[in-house]
Amino acid sequence: MDSGSIAWMLAASALVLFMTPGLAFFYGGLVRGKNAVSTVMYSFAAMGVVSVVWVLWGYSLAFGGAGDFIGNFAYLGLKGVSSTGNDIHGAAVPDMLVAIFQMMFAIITPALITGAFAERFKFKTYLIFLVLWVTFVYAPIAHWVWGNGGWLLDLGTLDFAGGTVVHINAGIAAIAAAYLVGKRRNVDRGVEPHNVPFVIIGAAILWFGWFGFNAGSGLAADGIAINAFLVTNTAAAASMVVWLILGNIHTGKMSAVGAATGVVAGLVAITPASGYVGPMGSVAIGIGAGVLTFYAVRFRYKFGFDDALEVMAVHGIGGIWGALATGIFAVGGIGLIDGSARVLGYNAIAVVATIGYSFIVTFVILKILDVIPGLGLRAEDVEEDGGLDIALHGERAYVGDGAD
Amino acid sequence: MIKIEAVVRPERVNPVVDALLEVGCGGYHVANVTGKGTQQGVEVFTGRGATTTIRAALPKSVITTVVRASLKDVVVNAIIEAAKSGEEGQIGDGKIFISPITEVIRVRTGERDDAAL
Repeated sequence: MDSGSIAWMLAASALVLFMTPGLAFFYGGLVRGKNAVSTVMYSFAAMGVVSVVWVLWGYSLAFGGAGDFIGNFAYLGLKGVSSTGNDIHGAAVPDMLVAIFQMMFAIITPALITGAFAERFKFKTYLIFLVLWVTFVYAPIAHWVWGNGGWLLDLGTLDFAGGTVVHINAGIAAIAAAYLVGKRRNVDRGVEPHNVPFVIIGAAILWFGWFGFNAGSGLAADGIAINAFLVTNTAAAASMVVWLILGNIHTGKMSAVGAATGVVAGLVAITPASGYVGPMGSVAIGIGAGVLTFYAVRFRYKFGFDDALEVMAVHGIGGIWGALATGIFAVGGIGLIDGSARVLGYNAIAVVATIGYSFIVTFVILKILDVIPGLGLRAEDVEEDGGLDIALHGERAYVGDGAD
Repeated sequence: MIKIEAVVRPERVNPVVDALLEVGCGGYHVANVTGKGTQQGVEVFTGRGATTTIRAALPKSVITTVVRASLKDVVVNAIIEAAKSGEEGQIGDGKIFISPITEVIRVRTGERDDAAL
């Protein structure tokens, strides 16, 4: 085992974990102040629940055995997963370190979905949803793309750091969730983000953590990691600039929330491509991501569909663009521009399969949770009007008085 | 001219100000306050280890508007309708205070009283 790679992957895993509290602030700033605690807790709670699920059975379902569609129960409780050798993944670092790194991906993916149903979803139901979703949606799709024998891996799909597994998956699940939980009350008036600096802090932490996400996904400290680091930064930057310019064209002003959204869109789009494209490819991917997600958000507004924090527009559309762009801009004879359309085709198959599976299974899980007595998806109207913070958590983000 | 001050639940501010504009108020202002009426307080967590306390001072919003005296009943009814929880209402729905105003002056033009409303 290569101690340099081990050191980098330990650090990269911590970076990816740190993305989830970053997401908490990103989403927390975008909602109204009466739901700030609730929205932050959706992300923070995923760190608790999913970590346990991953160690008990999640990792085994995603990476055990060599089946086409799902893993097995060989590594329940991470039994037999070595911290010194590598028998499962064929990487430069031990199996247990891969399991740690992958755990952080499983944590942030369902946390991304919470943007769709923020400000109205019951917290207790959400905790059960986390367990079911990681088990029945995340683990199988992770196996398809990254697990030994996974059918998309064998087909030739290229998803370096999880554009399909994480972002398209979360974006589509978000549509099912937003549809089933319904529109927020009184939302047509428009919701002003209650703390713009929170949004910027969150986006900046995501950007920082994304270096672990992408430059760690080669599972080694090598030239691929260096390249992934550079293209990740470049695509985020290009997409931010596009959002600023397009925002200025449409409104005459340059929005900070827009800049933060553009950064996330660029990071999403470069994720599947970061191991395969060069610097100029990443500029093109960032520009494409900025344009597509900017208009996807505007379209969503016209459509009136209450995906509250634009999970589909940013992660879904950005992820689909990234998966296809990987097939276009990958260097070394892989991509369309370099002379081959094969990966573009394989990735298109992966996109369609992920959309279909994620939507259907997420829909079924939420439908079941909705009809179970005592659960249900949506908070009471009076709880929603007064804010979920006091109603569901007994806490407030802002206590403005000195009275007691 | 009269000043109407309505203490309402914060989540009722939007319906109330919509109703005010609908019945012909020229303007209003809103302040977020905390205080105590008939309603019990709200239970909040105060420390780690699930310690809770009842905070007596609850968040409320005060909406203030100044209108012609002839509008009194229609404005008051509009506020009551928009601020009430359900058919029956609930403790904590708020209170309305009405007081006379002797003079109103618009800063920009110097117009007075009814013309300045």
